[in-house]
Amino acid sequence: MAFRDGPFENIKVPLVWTAAVTVVVAAVGCVLLLLSDARAQTSPYQPVRAGVETVVGPVGGVFAAPVRWFGHASDYVGGYFFAVSENRRLKRELAELQPWRDQAIALKNVNARYEAMLGIRSEPPVAMRTARSISDTRGPFSNARLIDVGAARGVKVGNPVINEHGLVGRVVGTSSNVSRILLLTDVASKTPVLVDRTDARALLAGDGSGNPRLEFVRGVGSIQAGDRILSSGDGGGFPRGVPIGVAARGIDGSWRVKLFSDRGAIDYVRVMLFEDFGQLIDADDLNAPPLAALDTLSDATPAQTAAITDSAARRAAARPSAPGGSE
Amino acid sequence: MRRPVAVRVVGPMQWIVYPALIAVAATIVLQTPVELFGLQLPEPVIPMVLAFAWPLIRPSVLAPLVLAALGLLLDVLTWGPLGLWGLTFLVIYSVVLISRSFLAGQDTAVLFVWYAACCALAFVLAYVVMAIVAGTPASLIAVFLQVLPTLLLFPFAHRLIERFEDGDVRFR
Repeated sequence: MAFRDGPFENIKVPLVWTAAVTVVVAAVGCVLLLLSDARAQTSPYQPVRAGVETVVGPVGGVFAAPVRWFGHASDYVGGYFFAVSENRRLKRELAELQPWRDQAIALKNVNARYEAMLGIRSEPPVAMRTARSISDTRGPFSNARLIDVGAARGVKVGNPVINEHGLVGRVVGTSSNVSRILLLTDVASKTPVLVDRTDARALLAGDGSGNPRLEFVRGVGSIQAGDRILSSGDGGGFPRGVPIGVAARGIDGSWRVKLFSDRGAIDYVRVMLFEDFGQLIDADDLNAPPLAALDTLSDATPAQTAAITDSAARRAAARPSAPGGSE
Repeated sequence: MRRPVAVRVVGPMQWIVYPALIAVAATIVLQTPVELFGLQLPEPVIPMVLAFAWPLIRPSVLAPLVLAALGLLLDVLTWGPLGLWGLTFLVIYSVVLISRSFLAGQDTAVLFVWYAACCALAFVLAYVVMAIVAGTPASLIAVFLQVLPTLLLFPFAHRLIERFEDGDVRFR
């Protein structure tokens, strides 16, 4: 017997009900997705995201290209109109920077000598990949960008991203030719930082606004308006010392950071192919004697030995004896 | 003799699929990294227009499914947690569906007030969900800067309702 001929022949479900059932089923699916997705590399849906971004990335690139061309053209024209004032400004900056350059060269020399004496293994130079921004998300719940380099050029999840002014964010997803950057302003972004003046540690937490918050600032009075904020390198996610911005009080009274990367458009960026220094060298090298420069020192002369012995004897004689017996 | 009358066929392609594709295209275009004099393109939540207009046009089984798909695509495009916008759109769809009998045939000003209320509800929901997921509540100023352009999309929702509300005599 066909369904139409049966006792349910005249039953009609209102369309509103069927729509409501569909809404409930779809909403349950969305809730399950929310519970199972963590927006992290460990998310089971990461390949799906990567697949969609692989398709959408080139489309975004098509729209971004004319914008970039227009920007280049306006820069080219503006260069003629503002050449004189620009030239004066650059000369003034050059005059200000020349003493700094001399100091930097001298400090670099001294620093290299200290490193050799102490046997410090400094971090190797970090390779970089230049990329163009092809898509931009700016909402309160997400601040991310797509760039046009991916795993095919060595980009990995976790790589820091900078522009000419400072740190922009880090890579959170890659496909072969497209990568997703999470900006410092995203609500999910947490970056360990330090205050350059006091070496105090803090955590830079994005909240969707243009100026991320400084949380867990260590120490009393360790920060003041105008302090430079750098990446601390704690945890190994970022190299130490990448410029991030300057500290400022927000309208809510919290410490915030005016980002250096906001000084210009984030259209061209550089991906630092950075990995934690500890992962880059062999374990045997880490276990080697730390004071490598000790091998290069010559033996002490008899005069030096006598001076050291005499100095040690004087210190021992001057030390007050501990009450109640020897230490 | 009766004159022949042109029959306008209004199927799901016209009032669901094409607007959904336009919403996707507009979302991708507005994600173009443009910065002019320090200002960037606005980033409204464009499918909100559809979540408000579709249940007013007529109840449908396809519309909530397409809304969920649009929400998921928006989550991927904006790198949000999967399900955030899908759930939000479905909540708005169900609220408007329930209040459909009150809203049908209302004045434009009344519809705008309802649209604004739906936007507020959607952003409150998204705000709470994101605060739980990310552990950091988003800046209210940033939320306002996205609510505002979303509200300005109301003329598109109104146009969609006007265009398709009477498309099928069974739902008059």
